[in-house]
Amino acid sequence: MAKMHISTTINGEPEEFLCTPGETMLDVLRNQLDLTGSKEGCGSGDCGACSITLDGTLVCACLMLAAEAEGRTITTIEGMAEGENLHPLQQKFLEEAALQCGICTPGMLIAAKALLDDNPDPAETEVRFWLAGNLCRCTGYDKIIRAVLDTAADMREAAK
Amino acid sequence: MTDIQYLAPTSLEDAIGAYAAADGAARILAGGTDLLVQMRAGMIAPGLIVDIKNIAEAMEIRETEDGGFVVGAAVSGAALEDHPRFGQVWPGVLEGLNLIGSTQIQGRASLGGNLCNGSPAADSVPALVAAGAILTVQGPDGRRSIAVEDVPTGPGKTQLKPGEIAVNFTFAPRPKGAGDAYLRMIPRTEMDIAVVGCGVNLTLENGVCTAARVGLGAVAPTVLLVDAAAAALVGSTLDDDALEAAAAACSAACKPINDKRGTIDYRTRVAGVLLKRATKIAADRATTA
Repeated sequence: MAKMHISTTINGEPEEFLCTPGETMLDVLRNQLDLTGSKEGCGSGDCGACSITLDGTLVCACLMLAAEAEGRTITTIEGMAEGENLHPLQQKFLEEAALQCGICTPGMLIAAKALLDDNPDPAETEVRFWLAGNLCRCTGYDKIIRAVLDTAADMREAAK
Repeated sequence: MTDIQYLAPTSLEDAIGAYAAADGAARILAGGTDLLVQMRAGMIAPGLIVDIKNIAEAMEIRETEDGGFVVGAAVSGAALEDHPRFGQVWPGVLEGLNLIGSTQIQGRASLGGNLCNGSPAADSVPALVAAGAILTVQGPDGRRSIAVEDVPTGPGKTQLKPGEIAVNFTFAPRPKGAGDAYLRMIPRTEMDIAVVGCGVNLTLENGVCTAARVGLGAVAPTVLLVDAAAAALVGSTLDDDALEAAAAACSAACKPINDKRGTIDYRTRVAGVLLKRATKIAADRATTA
């Protein structure tokens, strides 16, 4: 079958890849580009473990065809830290032990960052609804929600 | 998924040409939140996927000079929510669309996809029906307009002809004192499929309801326009008697199934309850509009 040649931007860098028309973005990220931070949980858009942003909008990489990336801008968990410097959300998740097994963590972080980029001062209810599409089987969610709220407070303070 | 082809034309004519030429083997891709799941589950194996998100008309949100709206069939829930005006004028339609899935799903899911997927429980459809929204489709034989309530013909089925693509939705200008609302019942607070969904759109003049439309979802093979419920509201001050009569009309219109989410009895009763609650919200919005 003819492969498609796709030119896109991933984590700020131009990227090119070949894909079959039916392949998902998640398949290409993980299997071709070695960006294995995005996880496959359900493959049907229910769990959020494969969360990425597409032109700044939070989406599930498993529900996007790789061919749709042509000319677009994608960010994945691999683009979140700046070199050795963790993003404040990543740092806070570590400090407050807002993860256990870690499978949901990349998706949680990408989704939480999309929220804080849009709203630096979300209420707890807003955080809970925003992250309702990110499933975690370990933490009971409270630590995750608290880490997001604490990060938001720190970032607001730092921005003063 | 063998021998599959993907096209993302920028012109509607090209999209229709490719879609029609595939002779039933093609699927339209808007947000893909149903399509990709169905492909992965092996329910469908399209030979061609026509992505309509590069077609300007399918992606635009436009307020017309007379105060109406035109919303592209592939506009995402996130994009419609970001529009400064649409949610003020049609809060019920927006809340129906925004109830579909998670934040991630909202980044992709569209009104056109939700309608053309043909689910009886589609959350945006009862609100679109109540709003009196008109779907414009274009195919090899040209353009035509269809009232949203006439689009679905059964679970997973629509009256779109081979080669026809949903282009956009038209919303008429709002009179003063108009409001709409959508409510759904699900067994949990988020991330579920409606047991019952109810959209109400009404106009108030001096406290009297002068026009109303009611859409009901998940209680029949297709989303229903319930004229009898609207008739019970029109001419009233939305007093308890009128609400009871409209609720009874909703329950009478139900032809639901028993499934794991709800029984026939439960769905039939809840349809009336949601009608009353959604009417009150729509009336509040109409008073402050």
